[in-house]
Amino acid sequence: MTAARKYAAVALGCAAVLCLPLLGIPTSWITLMVYIGLAALVTVGLVILTGVGGMTSFAQAAFVGISAYTTAYLTTRYGLSPWLTLPLCMLATGVCALVIGLATVPLGGHFLSIATIAWGVSVYYLFGTVEAFGLNNGITGVPAIAVGGFEFKETRSFFYLVWPAVGLALLASSNLLSSRVGRAIRALHGQAELARACGVDTMRVKLTVFVFAAVLASVSGWLFAHFQRVVTPTSFSLEAGLEYLLMAVIGGSGHLYGALAGSAAVVILRGQLEGVLNGLFNLTGNYEVIVLGALLIAILHAAPDGIWSVVRRFCRLPAPRVPEGSTAPDVSPAAQPERGTPVLTIDGITKRFGGLVVVNDLSFQVRAGEILGLIGPNGAGKSTTFNIISGALYPEHGSVTFLGDRLSGRSPEYAARRGVARTFQHARLVPGMSVLENVALGAHRRGKHGALRAMLRMNVAEELEIFGLATRQLERLGLSSIMHRHAASLSLGEARLVEIARALALDPLLLMLDEPAAGLRHGEKQALAEKLRALREQGITVLLVEHDMGFLMSLVNRLVVLNFGTKIAEGLPCDIRQDRAVQVAYLGEAIGA
Amino acid sequence: MDLTIFLALLQDGLVYGSIYAILAMAIILVFSVTRIVLFFGGELIVFSSLTMTALLSGSTPRILLLLGAICVLTAVHSVFRIRPLTVRGALVILARELGYPAAICVAGVVLAPLRMGPLACALLTLAIVIPLGPAIYRLAFRPIAQSSVLTLMMAAMGAHLVLTGAGLYVFGSDGVRTPAYLSGGVNLFGQAVPWQSILVVVVSLAILVGLWFFSTRTRQGKALRASAMNPRGARLMGISTDASGQAAFALAAAICAAAGILLAPLSTIYYDSGFIIGLKGFVAAIFGGLAYYPTALVVSIFVGLTEGFASFWASTFKEVIVFTLILPALFWISARALHSEEHA
Repeated sequence: MTAARKYAAVALGCAAVLCLPLLGIPTSWITLMVYIGLAALVTVGLVILTGVGGMTSFAQAAFVGISAYTTAYLTTRYGLSPWLTLPLCMLATGVCALVIGLATVPLGGHFLSIATIAWGVSVYYLFGTVEAFGLNNGITGVPAIAVGGFEFKETRSFFYLVWPAVGLALLASSNLLSSRVGRAIRALHGQAELARACGVDTMRVKLTVFVFAAVLASVSGWLFAHFQRVVTPTSFSLEAGLEYLLMAVIGGSGHLYGALAGSAAVVILRGQLEGVLNGLFNLTGNYEVIVLGALLIAILHAAPDGIWSVVRRFCRLPAPRVPEGSTAPDVSPAAQPERGTPVLTIDGITKRFGGLVVVNDLSFQVRAGEILGLIGPNGAGKSTTFNIISGALYPEHGSVTFLGDRLSGRSPEYAARRGVARTFQHARLVPGMSVLENVALGAHRRGKHGALRAMLRMNVAEELEIFGLATRQLERLGLSSIMHRHAASLSLGEARLVEIARALALDPLLLMLDEPAAGLRHGEKQALAEKLRALREQGITVLLVEHDMGFLMSLVNRLVVLNFGTKIAEGLPCDIRQDRAVQVAYLGEAIGA
Repeated sequence: MDLTIFLALLQDGLVYGSIYAILAMAIILVFSVTRIVLFFGGELIVFSSLTMTALLSGSTPRILLLLGAICVLTAVHSVFRIRPLTVRGALVILARELGYPAAICVAGVVLAPLRMGPLACALLTLAIVIPLGPAIYRLAFRPIAQSSVLTLMMAAMGAHLVLTGAGLYVFGSDGVRTPAYLSGGVNLFGQAVPWQSILVVVVSLAILVGLWFFSTRTRQGKALRASAMNPRGARLMGISTDASGQAAFALAAAICAAAGILLAPLSTIYYDSGFIIGLKGFVAAIFGGLAYYPTALVVSIFVGLTEGFASFWASTFKEVIVFTLILPALFWISARALHSEEHA
């Protein structure tokens, strides 16, 4: 499907949705659609937060509630116009989310979820116990939203407030996800360490997502208060929060449109079950909850990846668009330091894990324009050294200095910002993104625009520049042909090369490669060595951890040999080959003698 | 507040705290073996309390209907899983899966009107509630056992909804409270401590010790821990993860049933009281990282104590206070985690 036809289809779909109330559809169905829209607003945020970002939140209903109570209180008590309270609601909810997020987002994982539960339950009970909020009866008499003389009192008119809001939320969210910040969000889930090595401030990105989801919830809460015209605590209980999460999961928590599918499924099931069951069994009571629960389990069994992925397969919808390469020039390439000057200085670093000394008083230097190999038998402390340099681990003693700037004790993102790019021993790519997008993640630091500009699509020029940079790195390594492939579909050799391309997209002054040749075939190793030599010609400094001696000896300028965390030799490859200590370490006492 | 009230609140907190503690153990056990968040532990506790109450008052507990329904569904489900499907095979499966529940149902119907003593009632309650655990596992979770934690969590939420709805149908909406199993008490530090409270704490401790003994000293317990630590490795060693899952659910159901029996005389229990109880156990379990029992134990006691004191000072804000106090504790953990990361 071409872009033009796709836009036409989307426009047609929007128009069809907006025409629905004009057709002879019963009001009860329109009401249902309004509730679907209200739920979808919250769920879209949750899809990004939980499905994409990997942060499970049970408290979205509390954010909806904060907003609903804010507008209800302000409009009934002080007679403010609802249009005036909308920004206030968004602000209040956003600030709450920021405060809660600042304290809990660093936890991540289970702690984050529990914090949202605790906070969600507290807010719910607070609504019911504060006198000014009308205790359990809530606040009644909330005014309708009005434009000029027209009041959005009826369901059919309210529909036109809710669904455009849903459309805007979807548009903003999809713009956000396909931007520079969005790529960082998509890397959060499972690949946070990689994101940090690309210079992404993961804390900040997590907070952004948290606040964004809360603000979407606040819009829903504002609409909800003025639709129901009354707010009571029960609408914002923990169960409601769980229900939003359920919508996201049932719909397919990895897809934005899954939010629509999930909201529709849950709201319709909830709304219709009672009537259907009463008709079938003539029962009275609260039995629809049994059927609802059973149906939910059945849906999860039938479609563990969510309804949306089933819909997509069934309707043969095209896969989401993959961004194209770009030829935009690089406006500000970093100047490489002069050949031969010291770039990286390791000075007496020591690292213990428990009682085990992994790196012991290690010192060496890396000079500009050289390839330095760091070798040693298994358990020699190579990877630990590597992680200390890149900021992932802190040394107990000693320091790491990079171009006159102390790196030790800082963070991986700081090292990345200073121009230290790295690859990982087990190739790490974000599986849900294309090769090009993965490489563009490496160029994260080259952009400046934040989430807000991304949502408004004010980042087009910058995105072109980033993708231009990424495209060039792929060309540089001869990977243009696999640019649009999914990262999950790559062979190990390809994945390692893509990792190097991503590191190069950082425009590094020092390239650190962790066993780049491991698992490669002989031919691939030679090709890799050729490419690394070419990079050296271009003035890039490389620090290499490797096992394969054949690969190393013909490639590196100098070698540093570690054994049991201590440096046992340093020098030219030919000297190292003759070194007795090295021979003993690698081949044993008898041969060394 | 004088010393008497303080000690009374302390005692209350410890009693409730021990119940949350054993629930937290059940949650951690189930999560570490199956990655399922036991959202419905509270429901199992409440079912057990209400069953116990019904048995003590000499009426036949209608939970037998629920047990029967779930077991029939599970058996039918199992029948359709066998390949090739033969009449003989189907009959064997049905006999194997329905034999025990049928026996329990008969026992329940026959024994309930006899107005047995608390101990016999407790044993019958255990016998009724425990099979619910593995049955729920097979019905709701086994087919999606390999899914993400989030999907499993949502399935658990579905199970919670079903059980809550079924609870209303089975037990009705009236709250009940059982008279104490043990009367009288003992004087400790000038404070009258009823035997009932001591019973709760002692039984909880016994369960904790039993669980520790089971998981570190018995073959089955070690197999369960192996499944928890490394499912694939355990399978390669011949430990069925499916059997481990069912065992974990059976153990969890047993723990919850015991907690419910202990809880029955402590407060008025409704069919839907389980959610908030479950939540507090869940909080404690998460503080233990869903993995570390001692932390969960301490936090459970803390939650119980907070609840006790909060209900004295500001009873309407009780839940607000309990759940808000969790936040600073989380922040403290958060700060510590950041701090230790710096020195890692």
